[in-house]
Amino acid sequence: MGPGVPQPKVKAQSLHCPNCGGPIELRGFAHSLTAVCAGCLSVLDASSPTLHILQKIQEKNRRKSKLPLGTRGKFGNTTYELTGFQTRGIEADGETYEWGEYVLFNPYKGFLYLTEYNGHWNVVRPIRALPEMIRAARPAAKMNGEVYRHFQHASARTVFVLGEFPWRVKVGETVVTDDYTNPPKLLSSEGTGSEITWSLGEYVTGQQIWQTFGLKDSPPVAYGTYVNQPNPRTGKSSATGKVFRWSVLALMLLAAYLFVTARRETVLNERHHFYPGQTGEQSFVTPEFELKGRTSNVEVKTTTDVENNWMYLNYALINSETGAAYDFGREISYYRDSDGTEGGKNDSIRVPAVPPGKYYLRVEPEGDAKNSPVEYDIIVRRDVPSILFFILGFFALTLPAIASAWSSWRFEYTRWQESDYPKVSTTSSSSSGDDD
Amino acid sequence: MSQPGSNCPNCGAPVSFRFSAAAQTTCPYCNSILVRTDVDLEKVGEVADLPPDASPIQIGTEGIYGNKAFVVVGRIIYDWEQGSWNEWHLAFNDGTSGWMSDAQLEYDVSFLSDPKIHLPAADQVRPGATLKFNNVDYETTVTTTAHYRGVQGELPFKYFDKSDMVFVDLRSRDGRFGTIDYSENPPLLFLGQPVEFDDLKMKNLREFEGWN
Repeated sequence: MGPGVPQPKVKAQSLHCPNCGGPIELRGFAHSLTAVCAGCLSVLDASSPTLHILQKIQEKNRRKSKLPLGTRGKFGNTTYELTGFQTRGIEADGETYEWGEYVLFNPYKGFLYLTEYNGHWNVVRPIRALPEMIRAARPAAKMNGEVYRHFQHASARTVFVLGEFPWRVKVGETVVTDDYTNPPKLLSSEGTGSEITWSLGEYVTGQQIWQTFGLKDSPPVAYGTYVNQPNPRTGKSSATGKVFRWSVLALMLLAAYLFVTARRETVLNERHHFYPGQTGEQSFVTPEFELKGRTSNVEVKTTTDVENNWMYLNYALINSETGAAYDFGREISYYRDSDGTEGGKNDSIRVPAVPPGKYYLRVEPEGDAKNSPVEYDIIVRRDVPSILFFILGFFALTLPAIASAWSSWRFEYTRWQESDYPKVSTTSSSSSGDDD
Repeated sequence: MSQPGSNCPNCGAPVSFRFSAAAQTTCPYCNSILVRTDVDLEKVGEVADLPPDASPIQIGTEGIYGNKAFVVVGRIIYDWEQGSWNEWHLAFNDGTSGWMSDAQLEYDVSFLSDPKIHLPAADQVRPGATLKFNNVDYETTVTTTAHYRGVQGELPFKYFDKSDMVFVDLRSRDGRFGTIDYSENPPLLFLGQPVEFDDLKMKNLREFEGWN
């Protein structure tokens, strides 16, 4: 056989920091190009046998890693070890925003990265494809048929490093970054000059990360809305939408059924006169009429000839067998002058859910003694379907959908407020110097 | 397909070939670089000590790409400003050969391809230029200057002491990649694609302390 002298097992190198003598173990084997001494924060050239010191980080710049380096966890079927941690920051509106980045290593599968900002996490993989740029007022990037909207262009500065890195790191170094979002995914480019690398992040919760590494304490609470955090309403609103569509369909079927089968039967049509000044009993009862069919509504319509006049009618719909009564009062007034008109001559009311049976109306008209006489008709109809109830029903059904859409919009609003394209541009509120 | 073996002219160790079209190999025992002649092997040099290496692939690693089985028979190690990478020479079971690059555990498989057009000179390539090969548009991304760090095993050409060499990387929208290799004139074109480690179903890999 040919050159087949098997190579020995690859061992992690145990070295010492040339500055403080502290132990340096290279967990990334020969892939680590930079290592940082956890004790004295010397940045070391891990590719040189003597661990040449490249830089010393001041102790005051130390940042705390939220995940313990050296811990292993499974992503998919692959176990990765946390080998490096860095903090990077951007300056915006005079403020510095810092986030953490973690290097994960598997000796066969290579490197994976985690990012964390305000308790929001992303699992980030380098990608090899070249996304297509869509240049517009609001640029976007397209990859695998998916569009990622440009979120932010920034200059990211390395603030702190710890552990090992498969590239040469340096505190103070700056790269240009661009983020493109399509929640829960985040496409990012990073580069200096002509060399641009692309990566694809996927949003995960701190809870998932803590579970992955088997950490006992609790992850930091996430606050704010992150660039590629999935909108919690997107999934729910589709469920809401489903319920909504089925409810509307059921409502329409019910309406259609009631409209087709409604009796719309006139059971009483009488003309009466009211003389306001007249003394004595003005109230009367109508002849008995029968309400047939299922329990349904009864429409009581009053048409009058009031003109610059008013009357009041106390109605009672009374079941002559059981004595059950439905009381209701109607005021009818109509005024007209050169400015226009007010009120109306006619009135209509529906008494809902009246069981079938024999009924009569007790009518008690009232009016000011000096009012003119009124001639009026009372028309009683059985089972008159009302479109209004269905319209009200429809609006009642849309309320959850409207609430959901609003909350979804609020979420996107806060997300994009942090971007280069805020939904509402904030004018600087420089009123702090005002006298009181 | 193994060929009848010869002996290393330097140390006498048996040397055999797995890739019939190999032009040279290295002696696994004394690290002599051996070139095939019509009759035997001729020593043309010696491999310098190889840098510490943590690739999980080694000579003798077997795997499957497409529907073809391959065995790793040789490699070239390149150095550049951000470290080093390996180009593993793959001998397929149908007698063809290809390359698998392992740059910090990102793997690509590529094959020597006929560009069918005149390739631009290295100093005339601008990042972002588009070149079309086999009806696929490739965009030039980076130009890398690297140098030979060492060789091992069977290679399809004779080794000669190249120093600095220039590569131009190409990428397509769908993730295919290419490299123009300016170490020869006219330059060579390699076209290929990234591969997932698990998809290659490799055996006879190296082991890592604490990971097996």
